[in-house]
Amino acid sequence: MIKIENISKYFNGTKVLEDISTHFERGKTNLIIGQSGSGKTVLLKCILGLFEASKGEIFFEKRSFNEMSLRQRSILRQEIGMVFQGSALFDSMTVEENIMFPMKMLTKKSNDEIITRSNEVIKRVNLINSNKKFPSEISGGMKKRVAIARAIVMNPKYLFCDEPNSGLDPKTAILIDNLIQEITKEYKITTLINTHDMNSVMEIGEKIIFLENGKKGWEGTNKEVFKTENKGVENFVYSSELFKKVRKVYLKS
Amino acid sequence: MKILYHIGGYFIMLQKVFGKFTKWNVLRNLILREIDVLIIGSLGIVSFISFFVGGVVSIQTALNLENPLLPKNLIGFTTRQSVILEFAPTFISVIMAGKVGSFITSSLGTMKVTEQIDALEVMGINTYNYLIFPKIIALLFYPFVITVSMFLGIIGGYVASIYGGFCTSADFIEGIQIDFTPFHVSYAFIKTFLFAFILASVPSYHGYFLKGGALEVGKASTTSFVWTSVVIIITNYVVTQLLLT
Repeated sequence: MIKIENISKYFNGTKVLEDISTHFERGKTNLIIGQSGSGKTVLLKCILGLFEASKGEIFFEKRSFNEMSLRQRSILRQEIGMVFQGSALFDSMTVEENIMFPMKMLTKKSNDEIITRSNEVIKRVNLINSNKKFPSEISGGMKKRVAIARAIVMNPKYLFCDEPNSGLDPKTAILIDNLIQEITKEYKITTLINTHDMNSVMEIGEKIIFLENGKKGWEGTNKEVFKTENKGVENFVYSSELFKKVRKVYLKS
Repeated sequence: MKILYHIGGYFIMLQKVFGKFTKWNVLRNLILREIDVLIIGSLGIVSFISFFVGGVVSIQTALNLENPLLPKNLIGFTTRQSVILEFAPTFISVIMAGKVGSFITSSLGTMKVTEQIDALEVMGINTYNYLIFPKIIALLFYPFVITVSMFLGIIGGYVASIYGGFCTSADFIEGIQIDFTPFHVSYAFIKTFLFAFILASVPSYHGYFLKGGALEVGKASTTSFVWTSVVIIITNYVVTQLLLT
């Protein structure tokens, strides 16, 4: 579980996040949603430690991130997997090398063990036959799969995904969402997904945090999002006619 | 004030480069790859430029020796002095700031904008050591490039003098031997080592701390070339003042 308490973040005096407190449960897909510029990515990067929070505390289980030494933070990071918005695959490495990279860098496993584990993960994300290809030779959806494979290869306790289905066609986006949810359940990972994709909200949002101008506007589940009367959430989630109709049908049924 | 901020940032970066070390077997492969790209990959252009500029130096010297009392071996002497003292270490380093420096800045900058550096950080890797240290070590082989440049510069001068009919082979060979001061070669290589460090670290700073997108990668490459050249020229002046006067 990840718990955050009163997180605020300022950039050159400009407040980007204000007093955000919540917790993200293990084995669940936790979604952070909000409009562009609402502070989703900043919050994710604060939790990851890529940005230092100006105020507040972050707890990984009961370990306070603020009180960790650099070495402890480095060890913690080995328990974290991250899927970046643009996949962030290493261009000079093949798919297989990208996936094996964290193990080669951070573990003392033998080559055989690394190859076995990498093949397991490749199979899990359905990437067979693309092992030897370079990132420039594969599609956007496949890149996301490689990024997910690289993120889970070290058996992380925490999985962070920054807009994992941005730039993907709806079908592939759903496949990626489902894959993340399956992996979350299978490995009992605490998963945080930063998204503004409404399909993801409806499909896999077991816990949803809605950010509005850097503040927590609402918190609930994908079932509760249909019933909420929070204006911010309504304006954001039900901005399209299609979703308004979906909501009506859901509430009627 | 901004320049002080960057100077401070540069030295903090250097401190982190020599911080937590990457596993040796990974680092070894990275160093070998950087040697291939930065050193071996530069030999072609350096050889080409050195040969022809060496030729031009000897031709221009010959054309300026109008007084019949001046010995023809001065062509060899001047070519040797120009090539060893300035052309090979300094001029080639400025060219390398364009070739190698831009490459380092753009490759690190691209990694930055595509979040590859963030991905490495999330894994708990010392990105400074992983990305910059191999470049610094690879450029320790830079004096090899300069040696090739010195050799080909003098050969270029020799070929141009002989085939241009400016002096005889014996005159030129005598010229490159007269008043030879071994310390001049040491001075050239001391400069070369310093330039090598500058060539690896200044462009790395510009690439690593890049903010923005693809357009900024292009801008950073240009800025990196300008600043690397400026630092090389200033260092050249200081080292020359310290060692030769």
